[in-house]
Amino acid sequence: MTDTDNVLKVENLKINFFTRKGTVYAVDDISFTLKKGETLGLVGESGCGKTTTVLGLMKMVPTPGEITGGRILIGGKDIVPLSEDEMRKKVRWGKASMVFQGAMNCLTPVYTIEKQMMETIQEHKQMEYFKAKNIIINYLNLVGLPEEIIRRYPHELSGGMKQRVVIATALFLEPKIVICDEPTTALDVVVQAQIINLIKRLKKKLGLSVIFITHDLATEAEVADRLLVMYAGKLAEIGTNEQIYGKGGPIHPYTKKLLKATPRLHEKVEELSFIPGTPPDLVDPPSGCRFHPRCSEVMERCKKDEPPLIKVEPEHWIACWRNHHE
Amino acid sequence: MSEPILKIENLKEWFPVRRTIAQLLKGEQIWVKAVDGITFDINQGEIFGLVGESGCGKTTTGKLLMKLLEPTDGKIMFKGKDVTHLEANKLKEYRRNVQMVFQDPYASMNPRFRAQDVLEEPLIIHQVGETRAEREKIVRRSLEEVRLIPPEEFMGRFPHMLSGGQRQRVATARTLVLSPSMIVADEPVSMIDLSTRAEILHMMKTVQRELGLTYLYITHDLSTARYFTDRIAVMYLGKIVELASADEVIDNALHPYTKALIAAVCEPVSGKSNTGRSYL
Repeated sequence: MTDTDNVLKVENLKINFFTRKGTVYAVDDISFTLKKGETLGLVGESGCGKTTTVLGLMKMVPTPGEITGGRILIGGKDIVPLSEDEMRKKVRWGKASMVFQGAMNCLTPVYTIEKQMMETIQEHKQMEYFKAKNIIINYLNLVGLPEEIIRRYPHELSGGMKQRVVIATALFLEPKIVICDEPTTALDVVVQAQIINLIKRLKKKLGLSVIFITHDLATEAEVADRLLVMYAGKLAEIGTNEQIYGKGGPIHPYTKKLLKATPRLHEKVEELSFIPGTPPDLVDPPSGCRFHPRCSEVMERCKKDEPPLIKVEPEHWIACWRNHHE
Repeated sequence: MSEPILKIENLKEWFPVRRTIAQLLKGEQIWVKAVDGITFDINQGEIFGLVGESGCGKTTTGKLLMKLLEPTDGKIMFKGKDVTHLEANKLKEYRRNVQMVFQDPYASMNPRFRAQDVLEEPLIIHQVGETRAEREKIVRRSLEEVRLIPPEEFMGRFPHMLSGGQRQRVATARTLVLSPSMIVADEPVSMIDLSTRAEILHMMKTVQRELGLTYLYITHDLSTARYFTDRIAVMYLGKIVELASADEVIDNALHPYTKALIAAVCEPVSGKSNTGRSYL
C-alpha cells in the first residue's frame, strides 16, 4: 500500500472542546486512512465523536472546539495549518464536501433550490450564471430529480427529495471525497434504500471516496467496504465488511454488543440485547479502556491501562486487552 | 385470544384540498384520502403493529384513535362502547384510558418542567390524587415501572438533563400515571440510538406484560416490529393491504407492497453489500 492510494490520511487527530466544565476530549488521538474509491463506514453511539471527527476533517469544528493536534493529509498535503480563507478556496467542496446530518434542516426555507445551490457555486468559484445553472440541472438529473425542481422551495419537497438536493449540492464542484453524516437516519426504510443505492451508484460513476457515518450497523453492512468503530473519542475496531459482518464476526466487545443490539428482520429473537448505560462524559473519561464500565468481558488490566490499537489480521485492528498477546 | 378491546370499522379520514374559484363555482371538491376505509380489531393485551412508509396514513390512524381528529366516516368501538363521536366530558374519560407516546422525546416535553411536573400534570388535569403527596406517590410508582430507579434522582431533572432514552422512559411513565388500558406509541424509538432502542422496547414490553396493557405500535421499521409486536397490519395509501401475525407477515408476505418493504430493510450481514437492492 503506497501513499498515493490514500486520498485522505489522518494522523493522531485530537479535537478538544474547551468548555466551562472543563476540557472535553471529543476526539482523542485517532489515525486512519481513506483509500481511493472506497466507502469507509464510521459507526458508534451518539456522543462518540463521529460527527466531530468529520467536522475536523473539514476544519469546521464549532467553537469552543479546536483541533489540538495531529495531521490531516488530503492528497499528501496537510490541511491543519491552512487558514479559513484557504480552506474555503482550496479544500472545502473542491476537494472534500459534506452531506450534513438532518439534510432537511440545512436548506434555507426562504430560498428556492436554484438560489441555494447557486450560492454554493458562486461562493467557491467564479462562474457565469448560465454555466452554473447548467451544472445545477445536470447534477439534479444525476441524483434523479427533474429540472423543474429548481424553482421549488424546500417545503414543497419530500424528505427523500431534499436529501437528493443536498447530495447534488455536495457533488457539483467535483470533490473526490464526500462525507455523508447520517444521510438516511431521518428517512423511512423505502426512501432509505433509494438513497443508499443512489450513493453507491454515484460513487462508482464519479469515482468518489466516501466516508459514511451512521449509528445503524445494518445500513453500514450495505454500503461500507471498511468500518471504523468509534467509542468515546477513540477507535475501538477497524475491519473490512467481511471481517465485521462475516463468519468470524467482530472481536471488540463493543462492536459485538452493537451488532447484537441491531434487530434482524429474518431472525425471530425473543429478547434483543442492548448495551446498558450510556457513553461516558468526555470531560472525565474512565481510566484505562474507556469501554470498561459497560463491558461484560472486563479484566483487571482494562481498568488501569489504555489498550493500544493492534493488528490482529491484515486490515483488522482492535483496541482491547482481551486479544492482546505479548 | 380474548375479547377485542378496540374495534375499528371502515374508518375514514378525508382532508379537503383548498379549492380554486372555478372549482368552488362548479361545486367540486378534491380530497386527500389519508385513511380510506380501514377495519381491524385489537385484542386485549396484544401489541398490534401498524407498518408503512411516510405518508401512508399510519399517524393519522393513531390520531383518530386518540380522538385528536374527527373521523369522516366509520366507527371506533372501545371496550364495546361506540366512541366515534364523543362529548367533551366523555372524551376526557376516554383519554384516561387511551394514552399516547410521541415520536420525538425532545419536542414532546415542556423544557421548563421537571420530570415530576411532566408526570404530575395529567394527574391534575384528570383530578387523580387529592393531595400533592398522593400524586407524588403515583409519579414515583410509574417512574419505577419504567425502570428509572431510584425515582427521586430523576424527579427533579429537567428534560435537558436526561438522555434520549431516559426522556422516552419519562414519556412512557407519563402515559402510565393514569393507569390506561391502551397506549398508542407513534414511532417511539425512531429518534433513539440503536444501542438504547432495544432497551426501550424491552422496557415497554415488560411494562405491557406486568400491567396487562394493549399497545398500538406505529412504525416504518419492520425489524423492530417483528421483535415487538404480535400482529402486524401493513398500510399503503390509506388502506390496509396485509394483516397477519408478525412472523407470518415477514416470513410469508403475500402482498407485493409488503414484499417490497421487506426488501428495503438493511440487514447486518456481509456479502449483500454489492447486490443492488430492489426498492419501490
